[in-house]
Amino acid sequence: MKKDNIVELKNVSVSFDGEQILDGLNLDIKDKEFITLLGPSGCGKTTTLRLIAGFLEPDEGDIFFEGNRINGVPAYKRQVNTIFQRYALFPHLNVYENIAFGLRVKKMPEKDIKTKVNEMLELVNLKGLEKRNIDTLSGGQQQRIAIARAIANHPKVLLLDEPLAALDLKLRKDMQKELKKIQEQLGITFIFVTHDQEEALTMSDRVVVMDSGKIQQVGTPQDIYNEPQNAFVADFIGESNILDGIMLKDFSVEFSGQKFECLDKGFDTNEEVDVVVRPEDVDIVPAEKGMLRGVVTSVSFLGVHYEIIVDIGGFKWMIQTTDENFVGDNVGLYIEPDAIHIMKKSEYSGKYGDYSTYSEEIELLSEIDEEE
Amino acid sequence: MKNKTSFGSRIIAAPYIVWSAIFIIVPLLIMIYFALTDQNGVFTIANIAQIGKYKKAFGISILYAAIATVITLLLAYPMAYFMTKIKISSQRMILLIVMLPMWMNFLIRTYSWITILANTGLINTFLGKLGIAPLRLINTPGAVILGMVYDFIPYMILPIYSVMSKLDKSLLEAAEDLGSNSFSKFRRVILPLTRSGIISGITMVFVPSVSTFYISQKLGGNKTMLIGDAIEYLYNLGPSYYNVASALSLILMLMILICLAIMNKFSGDDEDGGVIL
Repeated sequence: MKKDNIVELKNVSVSFDGEQILDGLNLDIKDKEFITLLGPSGCGKTTTLRLIAGFLEPDEGDIFFEGNRINGVPAYKRQVNTIFQRYALFPHLNVYENIAFGLRVKKMPEKDIKTKVNEMLELVNLKGLEKRNIDTLSGGQQQRIAIARAIANHPKVLLLDEPLAALDLKLRKDMQKELKKIQEQLGITFIFVTHDQEEALTMSDRVVVMDSGKIQQVGTPQDIYNEPQNAFVADFIGESNILDGIMLKDFSVEFSGQKFECLDKGFDTNEEVDVVVRPEDVDIVPAEKGMLRGVVTSVSFLGVHYEIIVDIGGFKWMIQTTDENFVGDNVGLYIEPDAIHIMKKSEYSGKYGDYSTYSEEIELLSEIDEEE
Repeated sequence: MKNKTSFGSRIIAAPYIVWSAIFIIVPLLIMIYFALTDQNGVFTIANIAQIGKYKKAFGISILYAAIATVITLLLAYPMAYFMTKIKISSQRMILLIVMLPMWMNFLIRTYSWITILANTGLINTFLGKLGIAPLRLINTPGAVILGMVYDFIPYMILPIYSVMSKLDKSLLEAAEDLGSNSFSKFRRVILPLTRSGIISGITMVFVPSVSTFYISQKLGGNKTMLIGDAIEYLYNLGPSYYNVASALSLILMLMILICLAIMNKFSGDDEDGGVIL
């Protein structure tokens, strides 16, 4: 037990109806950090949150809070509070009584409750709404009340279960900043669950990428983006071209039939690896000057840049460029050594990172799936 | 209803309005007419003034109905709560069992209790085999209240269950999350959010219990005279007693309306499963 860990999960497994939801999960959460559990639906992120909240007990493994094992401790005795996905505000109570709920349960004197509720309303910028009914509030206001209700109890850890999923884009961006501000102001640990990678990168001190009940990678947003550990992480966080490659020796890799200089080392000679090249790290140059040559098969204009698909020997690359290109153009690709990232082969190899079936529609459909 | 009704919905409602006029409003007016006139059709409040003679019947009716309602609530509430905790297919099964007796005429169901409670009935025969002296079960206040509870309990279970099953589980988790143990969770969240079901259950059990006459006659013998029995008895004496019987009916109806009004005050503005007065 390290001193600055507030929550520790040790070898935690959970299954429902024979389906493995969490598979031997180990995770240390530091005091006062903003940590995000990120992954597609069904990856086990919400289950992890519910374990910490006490709504669920692990089949195997232990959960520690400030060094004490808390398996079997009921939710109402834990020093954590949750912000629920659909807020779960009490419809029979007004704004004031919702925020006061936890304080009344603790039998706090009426005078102190009043002071505390007012302080909370100020913190979330909702002064003057004390007497309002919950169902007369907008989604954004309900979100703020949910935050106020949770932190009025001075939790040591605040759990947030996709709290921004129901808000529209503009409001979501504002709330991201606000949540981050509140977290810094209160100096408590936030454990945030989301499937939105951009949200995870902008808000978090550390990101935990999860899939199929396992942690795929833990690290700062920069680590996760720049040094993904496997094809799943590389694909889930941003766009990636992931190619089969062979590590010839330290600092030298071969893929697409060419040798490239890179910055990675420590692999076996001639080890098969996955090579990640981010779309924004590739330069389009005239065909004769390129390290690789190919034909443009698709161009989409996204405002800030163009997203083009280039066919190189049958493998379709996605490249983001500010130069205009046209379908059918012969182009060259120039890749700097620091644009190449080498990963060990994993169970995810070959599943991601090829844009041969890429189209705008498919991207849209998959986003709708995630919403559900 | 507060909503402005459209022309179309008025047409659809027309048969219902005609129906209520013929079978509800007109009989009510006839009853009020009889209650406020003497045998010659002259206005009088003499019938109403006779209420004093039936104080006891009114008192017992209200007392028995209140006891039956409380027992029904105490049985039905945990039952409804338990039903929402089990899997959906079992919930449907139990719901079916709860409603099954309602498919049978309640006179028959009440009658069947006689064979169970009678001095030579099922229970006493069984006790006799064990060498225990027969208990006096039938023709007691207990038997009347038992009959009320048995006949009307589905009307308590169904509205409470329907409100309880709609209760958002995340609200219960939120209550726990904010420090509530089981008792405080029940008091602060479950009870207030199922209040409308309780109120409509109480109404639907209390009203038929307070005005029943069949249950008391069959299970209470001649000992317990409820107000419903008094009214029936007076009607059976012939036309000259219609005025007094109508007066008693009117008073009973007004009492029930007052009870309902008080109930609705408590049910708040949440109309889920509530009774519209």
